[in-house]
Amino acid sequence: MNETAHIEHRDYVGAKLGMWLFLFTEILLFGGMFLVYSVYREVNTADFHEAGMEMNMTIGAINTLILLTSSLTMALSIAAIKRAAKMRSILFQAVTIILGIAFLVNKYFEWSDHIRHGFYPDSPKLLAMSHGKILFFGLYYVMTGIHALHVVIGISIIGFILILTLRDSVSGTDYVKLENAGLFWHLVDVIWIYLFPLFYLIL
Amino acid sequence: MEASFYHAKTRYPGIFGWLFTTDHKRIGLLYLISTLSFFAVGVSLGLTMRLELIRSGMHIISAQTYNSLFTLHGVVMIFLFIIPGIPASLGNFIMPLQIGARDVAFPKINILSWWLFITGGALAVTSLFTGGGPPDTGWTFYIPYSIRTGTNVSLAVFGVFLIGLSSTLTGMNFLTTIYRLRAPGMTWKRMTLFTWAIYATSWIQLLATPVLAITLLLIIIERFFGVGIFDPAKGGDPILFEHMFWIYSHPAVYIMIVPAMGAVTDIIPVFSRKNIFGYTAIAASSLAIAFVGYLVWGHHMFTSGMSDTSRIIFSFLTFLVAVPSGVKVYSWIASLYKGSITLGAPLLYTLGFIFLFSIGGLTGLVQGALDTNLHVHGTYFIVAHFHYVIFGGAVMGFFAGLHYWYPKMFGKMYEEHLAKLAWVFLFIGFNMLYFSMFVLGWEGMPRRYYDYLPRFNGPNLVSTIGSWVLAMGLIIMFYNLIHSLFSGANAGDNPWGAASLEWQTSSPPPTENFKDIPVVTKGPYDFK
Amino acid sequence: MEQKQEERAHVPTQVFVIVWIALLCLTGLTIKAAQMKMGEWSMVANIAIASAKASLVLWFFMHLKYEKRLFKLLIFVPIITVSIIIVLTFFDIWYR
Repeated sequence: MNETAHIEHRDYVGAKLGMWLFLFTEILLFGGMFLVYSVYREVNTADFHEAGMEMNMTIGAINTLILLTSSLTMALSIAAIKRAAKMRSILFQAVTIILGIAFLVNKYFEWSDHIRHGFYPDSPKLLAMSHGKILFFGLYYVMTGIHALHVVIGISIIGFILILTLRDSVSGTDYVKLENAGLFWHLVDVIWIYLFPLFYLIL
Repeated sequence: MEASFYHAKTRYPGIFGWLFTTDHKRIGLLYLISTLSFFAVGVSLGLTMRLELIRSGMHIISAQTYNSLFTLHGVVMIFLFIIPGIPASLGNFIMPLQIGARDVAFPKINILSWWLFITGGALAVTSLFTGGGPPDTGWTFYIPYSIRTGTNVSLAVFGVFLIGLSSTLTGMNFLTTIYRLRAPGMTWKRMTLFTWAIYATSWIQLLATPVLAITLLLIIIERFFGVGIFDPAKGGDPILFEHMFWIYSHPAVYIMIVPAMGAVTDIIPVFSRKNIFGYTAIAASSLAIAFVGYLVWGHHMFTSGMSDTSRIIFSFLTFLVAVPSGVKVYSWIASLYKGSITLGAPLLYTLGFIFLFSIGGLTGLVQGALDTNLHVHGTYFIVAHFHYVIFGGAVMGFFAGLHYWYPKMFGKMYEEHLAKLAWVFLFIGFNMLYFSMFVLGWEGMPRRYYDYLPRFNGPNLVSTIGSWVLAMGLIIMFYNLIHSLFSGANAGDNPWGAASLEWQTSSPPPTENFKDIPVVTKGPYDFK
Repeated sequence: MEQKQEERAHVPTQVFVIVWIALLCLTGLTIKAAQMKMGEWSMVANIAIASAKASLVLWFFMHLKYEKRLFKLLIFVPIITVSIIIVLTFFDIWYR
C-alpha cells in the first residue's frame, strides 16, 4: 500500500490552527525588532525625533491606506469564494496583489530618495551624524526591509493561490488555503500598522 | 505478522523512500541518525579540547584553533544535537503513537523540517573550510567580536538560522498534532507525561526560536551592511545583543531538558509497576517551566553591565524556576517509593539522570545568587554546571528514552548487560570529567582558555582521563545499540508491560501505526 | 473534504467595508495625534490607536470573532510573551 494513501486527512480547523501558530512566530520575530527599536528610542529620544523629520509621512500614509485596502480586498476574496463566486474571488485576489505591488513600488521610490540624499547604512553622511540618528536609519532599513520581504512573500503566496483558484483546487467547498494566505497577508498589514507610527509619526 | 513501516512501499525507491518520506517514524529515525552523527562530531571536538588541556603549558593546537574548537563544540552540540535531540527523534517517532494518531498534522512540513536541519548543518560545517576559517566567537556570538572577526561567522550563523526554522516548524507541527489528532477518549489527562512534555517544549520552540532568528539575521546584516544596530561604534548596545541572544537561549535549555524529563516520567511507572505520583503536578510543572523559563534569561548576564535593579529581579525569578523542576524530582522519587522495582537499563539511566540533573540544578542556584555568580561567572564552574544539566540531565534522559523505546522502534532488544556496563563507564567517566570542573572553577580557572596556570594541573588531568572513560562508555553503549539491530532478540509488542498506547501496536509499528484507531478508556500508567 | 458547517460564518460585505472605513478613520486620527506634537505622549497615543487598528484586523478580517474559543485564547500567548520580554528588558534600560 502506498505509504501516504491512508494517512491523508483533511482537517480544516487543524490547517488554520497551524497557520495561526506560524503567525505567532512572525509576531515574535518582529517583536524582537520592536524590542530593539523601543530600547534605542528610549535611550536616544531626541535624536529619533530629529531623524524622524527626514521621513516622508505622505508616502507612509499612502502605503498604510494601500495595505489596509488590500486587507479589505483579501477578506472580500474569501467571502466571495465561500459563496462560490469564483471569478469575483479571483478579481479580489488580483487586486490584492496589485495593491501589494503598489506598496513595493512606493517603497522603492522612498528608499531611492533616502539613498540619493545619503541616508543609507554605513554612508559617510550617516556616520558623521549622532548615534541616535544612525540607529534610527539602521532600524528603518532593517525593519521596513524585512517587512517588505514579507510583502513579496505574501504576494507570491496569493499569486500561487490565485492559480489554484483558477484550477478549482481552491473552491467554495475547500478554501482553507485561501484563508491561510489571507491570514498571512493580514499579519503583514498588522505589522505595518505598527511600523507606520514608529517611523513616520515621530514629529 | 504485519508488515512494519520499514517494509512500506514508498513513493520513491530505495533510500529516497527515506529521504523524502512523510512517515513520522521514518523522519524520527532520520533525525536520530543525523543528530547522533553530529553528537559524535561534538564528542570528538570535546575530546580534542580535553587533550589540549591535559597539562599546563603543553600544546597540540594553537590558541586560535582552540577558540574555533570550543565555538564549534558548542554550536554542534547545542544546535545540531541536543535542541533537535529528543523532540525531533523520539518525539517524532513516539508522540503520535502515544496519542493514537496515524501521523503528525503536517507530514510534508515534517520532512521539510528535517531538510532545513540538514541544510543548516551542512552550511555550519562548510563554514569550517571556507572564507576566513571557522568561527572563533564562542557559540554565543557576542558583539562586538562577532561583527569584527574575519572568521566565517555569517555562514555559520545562517546555518543556525535554518536549523532554528526547522525547530520552529516542528513545534508548530507537534502542537497542531496534539490539539487535533488525539484518538477518541484520549483526553488531556490521559496523555502520557512524555507527550505533555513534548507539548510544553513545542511552545518554547514556537515562541522563543524566532527571537534567535532575528538576532542571527541582525548579525549577518551588521556584517554585510554595517547598519549599526549592535555596533557600539555606531551607538549599538552589546548588552542589548546579549538580551536578545539569551531571550532565546535560556528557554532553549528547557527545550533540551523538558522532553528528557518527559521520557523518564514515562519510564518510572513502568519499571516500578505503579501509577505515577502527581500526574497533574508533573504536567503542570512542564508548562510552568516553559513559562517561567522565559523570565530568567538575565542570569546569563549578571556581570555584563546591566542595571542592578534588573539583576535583582532576574535573580529572584531564577530561584522561582527551580521550583517546578523540584516538583518533578519529588514526584519521581515518590513514584519509585514502595514500587516493585525492576532495575532495567532504562531505569538505571533514569536514576543516573535524576542524580546528575539534581547536582546540576543545585549548582544553578549557586550561579543564580548574585554574589556567588560574580565569583563563578566565566569559570569552569559554569561549564561543569551546564554539562551536568545538559549532558548528565538531558542526554542521559535521552539515553534512557533510547533504551526504553528501542524495542518499539526496531523490534529488537539490546543486550542488557552491555547497557549496564556502558552505564558504569558513563557514570564514572562523567563525574571525573565534570566534577573536577566544579573544583577548577571555584578555584578560579577561567573557561574558553587554551592554557592555564600549573596549579590547576591535578583536576585537569583527572578531567581529561574522565573524558576517555566517558568516551569508552559511549562506545560500549552505541556498539550495543547498533549491534543489537542485527543480532538482538526479537522484542515483541510490549516487552515492558507498559500501558501507554505506543505499546498496544506491533514492534516496529506498521506504517499506519494502528490497524484501527484505538478508543482510549484508561490512563497511560494504569497497569490494571 | 468538505468544510464543516460551523465554519460557514458568512460575514456580509458591509461589515468588512465598515471595518475598513473605521481603519481609515483611525489612520487619520493617528496622524492628527502625531501632528499635535505631544512629545512621547504622541507615541503612547499612536501605539494605542495602532493596537485598536490591529484588533479590528484580527477580529474581523482575520475572522477571529468567528473562530473557536481556543484561537481567541491562544492569540494572547504571543502578545503576552512579547510584552514580558520588553518589560523585563526595560528593567535594565531604565535603571542602568
